[in-house]
Amino acid sequence: MQYIPNIIFLLLLIAGVGYFTINIRKVIRNIKQGIPVDASDNKAERYGNVARIALGQSKMVKRPVSGILHFITYVGFIIINIEVLEIIIDGIFGTHRAFSGMGSVYGFLIACFEILAVLVFVSVVIFWLRRNIIKIKRFFKPEMKGWPKQDGNFILYFEMILMALFLIMNATDVPFQQMNNGNVISQHIAGFFSGTSESTLHIIERSAWWIHIIGILIFLNYLYFSKHLHILLAFPNVYFGRVTPKGQFKNNEAVTAEVKMMMDPNVDPFAAPPADAPAPAKFGASDVMDLTQIQLLNAYTCTECGRCTDECPANKTGKKLSPRKIMMDTRDRLQEVGKNLDANKGVFVPDNKQLLGDYISTEELWACTTCNACVEACPVSIDPLSIIMDMRQYLVMEQSAAPNELNVTMTNIENNGAPWPFNQQDRLNWAKE
Amino acid sequence: MSELLKVPTMAEFMAQGKQPEVLFWVGCAGSFDDRAKKITKAFVKLLNNAGVEFAVLGTEESCTGDPAKRAGNEFLFQMQAVTNIEVMNAYEVKKIVTACPHCFNTINNEYPQLGGKYEVMHHTQFLKELLNEGRLKVEGGKFKGKKITFHDPCYLGRANGEYEAPRDLLRKLEVELVEMKRCKTKGLCCGAGGSQMFKEAEPGTKEINIERTEEAIETGAEIIAAGCPFCNTMMTDGVKHEEKEGDVKVMDVAEMIATAGDL
Ligand code: SF4
Ligand code: SF4
Repeated sequence: MQYIPNIIFLLLLIAGVGYFTINIRKVIRNIKQGIPVDASDNKAERYGNVARIALGQSKMVKRPVSGILHFITYVGFIIINIEVLEIIIDGIFGTHRAFSGMGSVYGFLIACFEILAVLVFVSVVIFWLRRNIIKIKRFFKPEMKGWPKQDGNFILYFEMILMALFLIMNATDVPFQQMNNGNVISQHIAGFFSGTSESTLHIIERSAWWIHIIGILIFLNYLYFSKHLHILLAFPNVYFGRVTPKGQFKNNEAVTAEVKMMMDPNVDPFAAPPADAPAPAKFGASDVMDLTQIQLLNAYTCTECGRCTDECPANKTGKKLSPRKIMMDTRDRLQEVGKNLDANKGVFVPDNKQLLGDYISTEELWACTTCNACVEACPVSIDPLSIIMDMRQYLVMEQSAAPNELNVTMTNIENNGAPWPFNQQDRLNWAKE
Repeated sequence: MSELLKVPTMAEFMAQGKQPEVLFWVGCAGSFDDRAKKITKAFVKLLNNAGVEFAVLGTEESCTGDPAKRAGNEFLFQMQAVTNIEVMNAYEVKKIVTACPHCFNTINNEYPQLGGKYEVMHHTQFLKELLNEGRLKVEGGKFKGKKITFHDPCYLGRANGEYEAPRDLLRKLEVELVEMKRCKTKGLCCGAGGSQMFKEAEPGTKEINIERTEEAIETGAEIIAAGCPFCNTMMTDGVKHEEKEGDVKVMDVAEMIATAGDL
């Protein structure tokens, strides 16, 4: 009978980690619906980016207030997780504070955890105030309704509760308080419980301990449904982020092949294509499967922070385009495709829907100035512009659906070698004027 | 302007069996747009003044394809690119300078994959090089002590990480350089990129160029310095819209240097 708590703990742990694993495998499967990209180049630069941008949060601190608060929460989160290791060992083996034998080292660690827990708690409260009382503008764009809006607050509540439970757990742990080793914060909280009997304290301590670890497991599983997935995906995403100049838009190889053929004087343009010729490539993207795996990873990594949208000139001047929405739409559509795969044994059954039109409108796509402000602003190296460009390519090359003025521009380029109706022969006239 | 500018073409160099030091890629705006033509001429004067042996492609130059690519027409872009590359490779072009950040970006970043590999410089970078080599003299002249703000072109700044070359030149002009709140990596677009220049904006509450011009005017600058013919047009329109033509001028960095040197 005495092993019942251990068994319950182990079952909870397996369930929690198991369900999480299932969902992460879904994320990977969904990302693989995209086009594979070779990113084996520039390893050193890529690891450097991970160190600077992901680990070092170099882009976050460009906005100092939220950057520093986020840094505290992030460091706190990582370091306090060492404590979770002890909790898991205690839970499985029925020990109590398995690491406490480490003496002063343990005390030092616990002191760090407790101080960080308070700092995280305070940061999270400030985050909450920014979102709900100060109402920072970028959290109140049209795409931040419903779930995305609640999501941000739920994460904050989770963290407040987890940090509070951690401190209460320490404060009501009588043997731990008697040990007086590292309880820098919890000793003050213990004061609140001074009149409480030892047995009640034990019940509070045990409850806090159990709710804390169950909370962590729930939070782990919450990630999959939340923008909080970035705590895991930011690292691979930054690694796969672009290492070429931002102005270099990708070359469409399928088009290059066609152009080469047209320019080759030995090719008979009127010859019928050989019977075994591969099906013509689809140009650009109308749905998530036409995007690359990196673009889809981008979508899952997006934290919905809105830094991109906040710097977008189109959005700033009231256009519908919001680069954050482009990423959120891509993720939502990919999740929809994922559910389709789940329901149909891993085979996608056409659902008469696509990213273009059902999620992202042409009005949004045509409002982009390709200024790269969104790419520059993103703290986790997401490239919303590349998705906009791929979808424009689909609109123009597959559907001839450019705005009329652009059709005129393109015809001019084709006929006159300039976007305006001037004759190429007049190109040097300026020198004679 | 009565005296004729010296603008040799690649074909003329070729006929004499010579190679110029650099090809000046004029670009569509620089060739045809009335405002941008003035920038082209100012830059040519600086080149002549510094004794740079340059040449243009003249009637053999064609649009780089940037607006086509950014509008989504990859096919038209690549046709333009391949045609231009053929011309330039036939002339064995090694080094290119251009006063348009869009041409600069496209030739520098997107032509290599299609067989066009050149050393490409934006004119502010090239002028800075001439200055460092002692071939070009830049001094304050009438701009000395004047309040100037520089508007970063997206395709020079964020797209290619060049923020300092134009500012270094302006500092040489001994101006009082004032920055807008959104500058360098955070610089706000003028609204022309991505082929927006050639179409009406989508419905919104404001035009992007107005938003940007207002920010520039707020700095109290007398001159908005630009490094792109399209930004120049957008900001000039913005100044007109704000009815500030009397107080604020939009000038390319090259024009400022040429004016300061009384060229
Ligand atoms: S590149 Fe397009 S979407 Fe991104 S900030 Fe600029 S205008 Fe907005
Ligand atoms: S794309 Fe980047 S900047 Fe934009 S909301 Fe997502 S995480 Fe934030």
